[in-house]
Amino acid sequence: MENNSIKKILLVALSLSLVCSVVVSVAAVSLKPIQKINKTRDMHVNVLQLTGLYRKGQSDEQTEKQFAMIEPRVVDLQKGRLTDLDAHDFELAKVLQDPQSSRALSRKEDLAQIKRLPAYMRIYLLKNEDGGLDRIVLPIYGYGLWSTLYGFLSLKADGTTIDGLQFYDHKETPGLGGEVDNPAWRALWHNKRLYDEQGRLRIAVVRGRADRQAEDFVYRVDGLSGATLTSRGVSKLVQFWFGPLGYRNFIETLKQESLSVHE
Amino acid sequence: MNKMKTILDPVFDNNPIMLQILGICSALAVTTSMVLALIMSLALTTVLSLSNASVSMIRRQVPSNIRIIVQMTIISSLVIVVDQILKAYYYDVSKVLSVFVGLIITNCIVLGRAEAYAMQNPMGMSFLDGLGNGLGYSFVLMSVAFFRELLGSGSLFGYPVLPLVTEGGWYQANGLMLLPPSAFFIIGLMIWAVRSWKPVQIEQPEFRIIVRQQKEELSR
Repeated sequence: MENNSIKKILLVALSLSLVCSVVVSVAAVSLKPIQKINKTRDMHVNVLQLTGLYRKGQSDEQTEKQFAMIEPRVVDLQKGRLTDLDAHDFELAKVLQDPQSSRALSRKEDLAQIKRLPAYMRIYLLKNEDGGLDRIVLPIYGYGLWSTLYGFLSLKADGTTIDGLQFYDHKETPGLGGEVDNPAWRALWHNKRLYDEQGRLRIAVVRGRADRQAEDFVYRVDGLSGATLTSRGVSKLVQFWFGPLGYRNFIETLKQESLSVHE
Repeated sequence: MNKMKTILDPVFDNNPIMLQILGICSALAVTTSMVLALIMSLALTTVLSLSNASVSMIRRQVPSNIRIIVQMTIISSLVIVVDQILKAYYYDVSKVLSVFVGLIITNCIVLGRAEAYAMQNPMGMSFLDGLGNGLGYSFVLMSVAFFRELLGSGSLFGYPVLPLVTEGGWYQANGLMLLPPSAFFIIGLMIWAVRSWKPVQIEQPEFRIIVRQQKEELSR
């Protein structure tokens, strides 16, 4: 058969595609379980880093042991209550695909530019020695300048004071927006407050340096220099997730009932 | 003898980066630390050797009309497999490298060797050619990463060598070394060094600048 005949071209193209797709799918499918374990462990490490328990270079067993002290739970955002759904199997991507458990956000509502609002989120409860609630780690995400920033915000048991903030995945400009990873900047969030006495959401990242003397300094975080849009994105996404569509209802319940984690 | 030459030739005498100036983009992107450069080198060398061997294996059957697409399909399948393996066994590295590993598909060295060598030569030799060019690429990448990590972060393979001022030592880290332009400088200096050592590699200038007076003399 002539190499450049149409028959031969189709034959070669078809059989090559077939062989290549088999190779690629075998690799993807057979390695999936290991990749999933890696991803979960990475998530655990991120939560532990935020709570300050994680030591650099510790073994995987230690990580799992520490993580056992943390209770993952699924929260219903609208009702503001913990649910009995299995937190270990929780996958945000699945919740967002299911029209039953998520809805599209209108442009006005969508401060964080995340397009769809999940009805459920997985949160992490950290207990102190007496078994009472010590801290809550809440996942947050939203758009910055180039990419969606995924991270966690950890909150003290009063439901208002911020313990820490950390992003584990983003593609902002290194050295500018990428400075959201800078420990010095992240430290600015420590002990800031989300809500004031009247319960209004006040937290914001300001442009430039926040006034140290001002009355509202406890709600203000310095912007990142050279990264106005990333700073604004972070500000908006925090405001979104702690507003009425986000964890606001859950935090209200928490304050009223001083929620027990023994249940 | 011939086999050794196929492997070693691309390292110094016909280096894909230093002589052919191919694959520069990834040489700038992944050379901030030696660990990244090493994994990237391994990934590229693997893909290059295997793609050369596979292309060579079916070279008599490939219709010349669709040969580039055939080569690209083989290369991209291999890259995806390598990327999946990295994600499974070197998760931390893959988080940083994933984008660049994906870009091996468009690395000029891989397609260049498939088209220039593997399409005309037997399988074994093509594999060795891929290996050799991979080594040439790795040699440049590792050398650049050595200087960038040492001068930029004061460490090698993540182990501190020069104690940094910020950690109570004496070495003030050179931030420029962590930015892409510094890779250009280092590659430039390497090209200069290799061409002084092997003057055969110096290219003949395509034109010469002559002063006006001479030009008038010439035209007279």
